Amino acid sequence: MPEPTLTWNSVAPATAEIYLAVAVCAILLVEAFAGDKRRGLADSLTLLALVLGALVTAVYGHVSAHTTLFHGLYVADELGYALKLAGFLIVAVTLIYSRAYLVQRDILRGEYNVLCLTALLGIFVLVSANSLITVYMGVELLALSVYALIAFDRESGIAAEAAMKYFVLSAIASGALLYGMSIIYGMTGTLDLDVIASRVSTGHASLGVIFGLVFIVVAVAFKLGAVPFHMWLPDVYHGAPTSVTLFISTVPQLAYFSLAFRLLTHGLSGVTAEWSQMLVPLAVLTLIVGNVVAIAQSNLKRMLAYSTIANVGFILLGFVAGTPAGYSAALYYTLVYILVVLGSFGVILLASRHGFEADSLDDYKGLYARDPLLAVIMMALMFSTAGVPPFIGFWAKLRIIQELWVTDHSALVIIAAAASVVGVFYYLRIVKLMYFDAPATEVPKPVRHSAARVALAVNAAAVLALGLVPGPLLDLCARILH
Amino acid sequence: MHGFALSVLVWLPIAAGVVVLALGDRRLVLARWIALGAAVVTLLLTLPLVAGFDTSTAAFQFIEHAAWIRRFDAYYALGLDGISLPLVVLTAFVTVPVVIAGWTVIQSRPAQYFAAFLIMEGLMIGVFSSLDALLFYFFWEAMLIPMFLIIGIWGGPRRVYATLKFFLYTFLGSVFMLVALIYMYVKSGHYSIAAFQELPLTLFEQRWIFLAFFAAFAVKVPMWPVHTWLPDAHVEAPTGGSVILAAIMLKMGGYGFLRFSLPITPDASRELDWLIIALSLIAIVYIGFVALVQQDMKKLIAYSSIAHMGFVTLGAFIAYDIVTNTGSLQGAAMGLDGAMVQMVSHGLVSGALFLCVGVMYDRLHSREISAYGGVINTMPRFAGFMVLFCLANSGLPGTSGFVGEFLVILASFKASFWYALLAGTTLVLGAAYTLWLVKRVIFGAVANDGVAALQDLNGREMLVLTMLALSVLALGLWPAPLLDIMRASIHHLVDQAVATKLPV
Repeated sequence: MPEPTLTWNSVAPATAEIYLAVAVCAILLVEAFAGDKRRGLADSLTLLALVLGALVTAVYGHVSAHTTLFHGLYVADELGYALKLAGFLIVAVTLIYSRAYLVQRDILRGEYNVLCLTALLGIFVLVSANSLITVYMGVELLALSVYALIAFDRESGIAAEAAMKYFVLSAIASGALLYGMSIIYGMTGTLDLDVIASRVSTGHASLGVIFGLVFIVVAVAFKLGAVPFHMWLPDVYHGAPTSVTLFISTVPQLAYFSLAFRLLTHGLSGVTAEWSQMLVPLAVLTLIVGNVVAIAQSNLKRMLAYSTIANVGFILLGFVAGTPAGYSAALYYTLVYILVVLGSFGVILLASRHGFEADSLDDYKGLYARDPLLAVIMMALMFSTAGVPPFIGFWAKLRIIQELWVTDHSALVIIAAAASVVGVFYYLRIVKLMYFDAPATEVPKPVRHSAARVALAVNAAAVLALGLVPGPLLDLCARILH
Repeated sequence: MHGFALSVLVWLPIAAGVVVLALGDRRLVLARWIALGAAVVTLLLTLPLVAGFDTSTAAFQFIEHAAWIRRFDAYYALGLDGISLPLVVLTAFVTVPVVIAGWTVIQSRPAQYFAAFLIMEGLMIGVFSSLDALLFYFFWEAMLIPMFLIIGIWGGPRRVYATLKFFLYTFLGSVFMLVALIYMYVKSGHYSIAAFQELPLTLFEQRWIFLAFFAAFAVKVPMWPVHTWLPDAHVEAPTGGSVILAAIMLKMGGYGFLRFSLPITPDASRELDWLIIALSLIAIVYIGFVALVQQDMKKLIAYSSIAHMGFVTLGAFIAYDIVTNTGSLQGAAMGLDGAMVQMVSHGLVSGALFLCVGVMYDRLHSREISAYGGVINTMPRFAGFMVLFCLANSGLPGTSGFVGEFLVILASFKASFWYALLAGTTLVLGAAYTLWLVKRVIFGAVANDGVAALQDLNGREMLVLTMLALSVLALGLWPAPLLDIMRASIHHLVDQAVATKLPV
């Protein structure tokens, strides 16, 4: 085998990762020398780096066809390209929303930004993984960064507890993933997903492959937070600092979608019938438990955690359909979900201030009277998650139900529809608290952070605009999966 | 030039609503005038549509057609036929008195109040004029949001319970309709309502689709036994909310039966017509008795609405029995004519009655019948209007209430004597509960100091009630123009409803 020469063209599709690794080092250095003198410098630099990264990736990282690099470890395609651009953008938005929150709690340190970027790097690796080894690398890089992020507020006991829980449970899931991968490797003799795809042929799946598949499905379900592997999710969302909750509820979803997409629908496409069968009970349980338990929550972060679980149920249903159109529906749902959750946690961040987390439902009583803009934005986001037009969440649910009809899953259609009606109740309750209830008198007035408020308004406007004209994003999701 | 006439009708009120919202309470005077201006202009803009409407054809007119979501083959398609035109005009007409009636009465967040009603108006016109099922559903659901806020923010003491119940009931029903629409899209590859009407469906499919539509429309109408959200919503809603709810939103259920159930699932409608007829008769008779015992004026009118809407569903679904018995499509058309006239008339009469209750409530802050008595002594002009609307509600000839009920009862004779007999009880029951209401509230000696201190109508209230009174009388004395507009479309609908869609 001739040794390939390393030229710019041969690594250009990996621009995003290379750039990000360099940026992480640079920001670490800057923080080490100037961090104590200039608080917030690293934060601004990170924002700049993310914007620049998006530009660099857009210019150099584009590939027109499916290309593999580094001896088949890495794949560059339209999906990876689009998800990486989205990743840069989403992390930038989370930083804009979080800044004031971090300043108020005195945890705005360069390390926070660096951890966000290494998590993003892990996500990128996962998004472009074409081998079981690369998949695992991405998963671990992401998970390690997130453990540290969750525990970032050293003063907070509840955050430490959340980090610990996440660490232990996530380690078990990683174990399951690794075990499943080793069995697949044993059965197929390769780590390369392309080769695995060609060796695991439809209809002739051996028992060994299916045995390995079970562990991989468990690991994917754990990462996504599907019932019954969801236990960590509410505790982590609740315990982590809100800015971290915002981070872990949004960007990693891109990675988890890719994890499922690369492993199940690409590498193990030969056993689609088997894994989609496994996903059905997971999805149904997830929809039911997520929506029903969310009703009982009195903490907004926990409620949104259960709402996440419910949404994961819909994403899984897109995979259950087992067709490219179904996967594109799942991708669309994921992107829509990220857009909406980004705003929801953004509202929590902007409503909070020092010594006031604004995470209890009662803190939202009469929000309209105190801060009309936040209330209007939150209302739009809640109606969107509930799936009420004219907001974008409606189309995400519509797409999933459509693909389920196409693939003749009529029972799942009914369950999904009924679950979304249950969901409406607790989203409406937030609107009720903000608009119909009198404000509690002792709640402090929100502090104005104009940049974050503008970003939040744009976010909500996107939720409405993409709801009125959903075509472009739908087309994009369908295109990049082919 | 009708190029964008319907789009203007949909989006002008919505745009005005956004402007009013942006102006806010600080520039209330301007916001109010913009709201009124937008409502009046929208109403005036419907006039050229009525004038330019070609009554000789059942085809849709004033069509707009633009690509919306290519992936789903969904279009931004608007158009009107003889069934939707009267309802669009009704919507534009009723919004004007609602805006005027809230002029000074609404004290908290008035700008948002006007904005909510303007946005509602645009969305409701969108529902009636959509030719694409996805667009229809889009407007249909979006409309719940302003109504949810209207009841929740400006409503009475139990407003939160009422508005949540309202939202969840209607959302639950609509979701099943959406599932059915998506199913038909998957089968046909289009979202256009016309394509659905031509799509061949087996009886099994039709039955389920019919039931899914039934879930959505029966809740909206509302039909017994899924009517329980309505009395709560009406009692708690502010006056304007009650008016829109009764006058327009209930009509959407009836419109849905005419536009979706009958033409899309004709065979299932034929098979399951007994269900609708039975529920309609229960609504007319049983709910009529329930209305009789109400202590709260708004609740009484709410129950009377349910009973009156029973005529709409009855008129629509006796078509099959009439055709079986007499073989005459003319008779079936009469039932549908009655249903349509009843919808328009009930929109005007119930809206007016809720406004009347609002007038009294603004003065004494009570809706209890027992809090009033002898109102005619202190408010003679008001009493005149109230008596007129109550007589219209009980179906007095010469008022619009008579025309619809008469046509439906006449048609139901051709279906079955027993239908007609049961439907006819409304002439007794309806008269009983409305006239008893009039007797207790309006006539008699002045009941208490509160009534003694009542002020008669002011100019604004006179204007509002005069508008409605004139239209109730006009429709009652000369319903021919309305029937002319509907004729071709109703005949087309009868043809669609009696045809079979079963694949051979």
